Amino acid sequence: MGALWHYFLSNRQQVQGWAITTIWLAAVPLAAGLALALPAGWAASRFRWSYPPLVSLAGALYTIPSLVLFLLLPGILGTGILDTLNVAVALTVYTFALLVRAVADGLSAVNADTLSAASAMGYTGRQLLIGVQLPLAVPVIGSGLRVAAVANLSLVSVASIIGTSQLGQLFITGSSLGILTPIVLGLICFVILALCFDLVIRLAMRVLAPWRRAVPG
Amino acid sequence: MIRFDSVTKRYAGGTVAVRDFSLEAPSGQITVLVGPSGCGKTTTLRMINRMIDPTSGRILLNDRDVATLRPFELRRGIGYVIQQGGLFPHKTVIGNIETVPLLLGQDRRRAQARALELLDRVGLPAEVAGRYPAQLSGGQQQRVGVARALAGDPPVMLMDEPFSAVDPVVRAQLQEVLVRLQGDLGKTIVFVTHDIDEAIKLGDQIAVMRPGGTLAQFARPPELLSRPADAFVAGFVGRDRGYRALGFAAAGALPLAPERTVRLGGPLKAARDRGADGWALVVDDREHPLGWLATGEVPDAALGGDVETGLLSLGGTLATEAGTLREALDAALSSPSGRGVIVHPDGRFAGTVTASQVLTAIESRAARLRQQAVHDAGKQPAGPGRSGRSADDDVAATGIGRT
Amino acid sequence: MIPGLLSRTTPDPGDNGLPGLHRVPIWFNDPLNWKGPDGLLAYTSEHIVYTIVVLAVAMVIAVPLGLLIGHTGRGSAAIGGSVNALRAVPPLGLLILLIAVISPHIHITQGFTYLIARGSVPYFIPAMAVLLVLAISPILTSTYAGVQAIDPAVRDAARGMGMRPVQVVTRVEFPNALPLIMSGMRSATLQVIATMTVAAYAPLVGGIGRLIVDGDQDLTSLRYGYPAMVAGGITVAVLALAAEGLLALLQRRVVSRGITGRYSTRREKYERHPPAASRGARAGSARRMRRSGQLSHT
Repeated sequence: MGALWHYFLSNRQQVQGWAITTIWLAAVPLAAGLALALPAGWAASRFRWSYPPLVSLAGALYTIPSLVLFLLLPGILGTGILDTLNVAVALTVYTFALLVRAVADGLSAVNADTLSAASAMGYTGRQLLIGVQLPLAVPVIGSGLRVAAVANLSLVSVASIIGTSQLGQLFITGSSLGILTPIVLGLICFVILALCFDLVIRLAMRVLAPWRRAVPG
Repeated sequence: MIRFDSVTKRYAGGTVAVRDFSLEAPSGQITVLVGPSGCGKTTTLRMINRMIDPTSGRILLNDRDVATLRPFELRRGIGYVIQQGGLFPHKTVIGNIETVPLLLGQDRRRAQARALELLDRVGLPAEVAGRYPAQLSGGQQQRVGVARALAGDPPVMLMDEPFSAVDPVVRAQLQEVLVRLQGDLGKTIVFVTHDIDEAIKLGDQIAVMRPGGTLAQFARPPELLSRPADAFVAGFVGRDRGYRALGFAAAGALPLAPERTVRLGGPLKAARDRGADGWALVVDDREHPLGWLATGEVPDAALGGDVETGLLSLGGTLATEAGTLREALDAALSSPSGRGVIVHPDGRFAGTVTASQVLTAIESRAARLRQQAVHDAGKQPAGPGRSGRSADDDVAATGIGRT
Repeated sequence: MIPGLLSRTTPDPGDNGLPGLHRVPIWFNDPLNWKGPDGLLAYTSEHIVYTIVVLAVAMVIAVPLGLLIGHTGRGSAAIGGSVNALRAVPPLGLLILLIAVISPHIHITQGFTYLIARGSVPYFIPAMAVLLVLAISPILTSTYAGVQAIDPAVRDAARGMGMRPVQVVTRVEFPNALPLIMSGMRSATLQVIATMTVAAYAPLVGGIGRLIVDGDQDLTSLRYGYPAMVAGGITVAVLALAAEGLLALLQRRVVSRGITGRYSTRREKYERHPPAASRGARAGSARRMRRSGQLSHT
């Protein structure tokens, strides 16, 4: 325990830099992926004919191993191989693929009776979407987001194989230097980050959908 | 024979589901456990095949304590039908029915033949054999459930609200299936329901249970209707008890008036001549009544035509000659002409009877019963809720069970 | 193939200093890149074999355990919770940790055919261990979720008709949980195929990841560098899609049609008994007036 703290203190700047990179590399794709998935998922739920192709496309995208995307993107985007943008774009693609289905299912899952009651009361289509369907879909989308958050953090660490600069580098350092401390520190950091992300999302879910307790697990 | 010996079921936390329950369900008959929610009837049923074990007391199946038998062995000798069916979704209909015989070690071919035979017995066509439960309607699924329970030819059947989840028309059909099967097979059946009318319709013995899990009354249907043990039972059995009790009263010899009938397809003119009080009874070639024709409504211009089904009024019900007073009264009341149609057991027209004639029969029977009750009260001390034979049991003698 | 083209090491014009993606088809076209102990075919077959082995072991562990948890309804919080928590652990970190801690203590030096290189066993074991943990998680979760999702009436009926607990699990719960079990297995397969590339970080361990990890040493090399990495990546992606397709087909064959709803319209194969006499009479009846027996009670 003491050794960990000592290591952290002596490499404070580097570790902090990596930590910040890791956090934004996991968080920004979550937001961007969600932003892209919302209209796509809405389209899939609204136009039922588009649901199967969209979900299949999402499934195919998700099937591509992360490392592959990290490698392809420099060629496509023209970025350097160490550029963190590759990771961010790749993770956005994954978050999008994961959430399209969650958004589509969450919006369609709203009770048909509730919808007709609301429209009978005079809600317009847009009001229905924003005022009724979205809030009620929060639990489903939220739990998809939690899965995506954990997956993203895990994938960020994979980028260490190519050398991208983030907390995963602690593992590489430990491996090349032959010491355990940075490795253990890295593992602990990732687990803590995963717990924090999970907590933040659950809080957000509770704020946006207070009538339901957050789905456990 | 199934005997409950002071059975109690208490759950952790203090809830008592069944309290000191004692009863003897006779072999070869249908014993119905009936009561409102929370009365412990399902718990009691599930203690027979040890899905639940009692906290105290014993349950004896043909004088063997069920607790001494290994649960799965016990259950293979008991048919079990539940409300939601519980058919295996991953097996076809025939796969479902074969399950118990295969568990018992019978070979495939015999099990399959037996399954097909049972499918027929419960009134399902052979085409459904290869289908999956999800392709069947609710009523069909329940029939398969019954067939599945019968497949191992168990002497005992436990049925937990098996017909409650279907609509009334299907429920009536399923009840008839059960009555017919029981007539053929004579199993010992314990049947749970919350519907008192279903209990009266199906049960040979009825056990009314109270919330809290105690037995309120154990009696045969006519006695339950005419002599409820206390206010709870009376309230539970419900209103129209007198009228419903008529369903167990044999019509006996009602005065049947003759009627000149008209053949379907015969000349309308004949109908006008033969009708009385403006109505003529139309029958088919086999003398089966089809409906009433209002002779006054036929315009003179159309008199040249024939009697057609479109002209018939179909309102009245039919009562059989050896049926119940309730059937007879209903036939008389529902008939458009005021004359209730009575038929022979084979369906041929026997005669008509008026409502007042039936009422006379009802009143004379009631007078007879009152005299009998006074006579009996004089001879022995009155005991509430005694189960036993009474004058109402003339039904058993004539063989007509239910209305 | 012009030998000079392949041995040139100067990078193509491009802002990122990497050979362009057009080099990748050229890489695929060179048979030398496919054959031999460090060719694509060898790596791919290793990748496939490792995946199958890991999945088989994971199924053997996770399915019975999941069935047990699902059947008894106990332990889902403890075991399920801890298994889910493992998802948050970065596989690369876990791999490196295990190598640092366990590998020095493994003294097996011989290899096994071409699949396991000589001297690689001390690194092979941690790699496979990480992949196993990764594979067990989705299979275990979906197995017990699959059992819990079964209509309770079905499980009640199975017990009530006299099946022993083991029979209830094997004859009723397992077949009905199959859709979810298969979906967990598919998820696990994808994860293993993908993460196997990371496992190549362990020295001497085979699989397509070898191309990727080694390629990092000299990115500009046209034979071993970036083009090889991309080629390897594309191969893994193709493998993943192929596996997904195969498993989808398998799922269709294996899961009972009663559950999926795919009913065929094949002809009924059950012979009809001679019709019962009552049926004919019932069907022919033209009775119009209802028997009072069918009147509903008042």
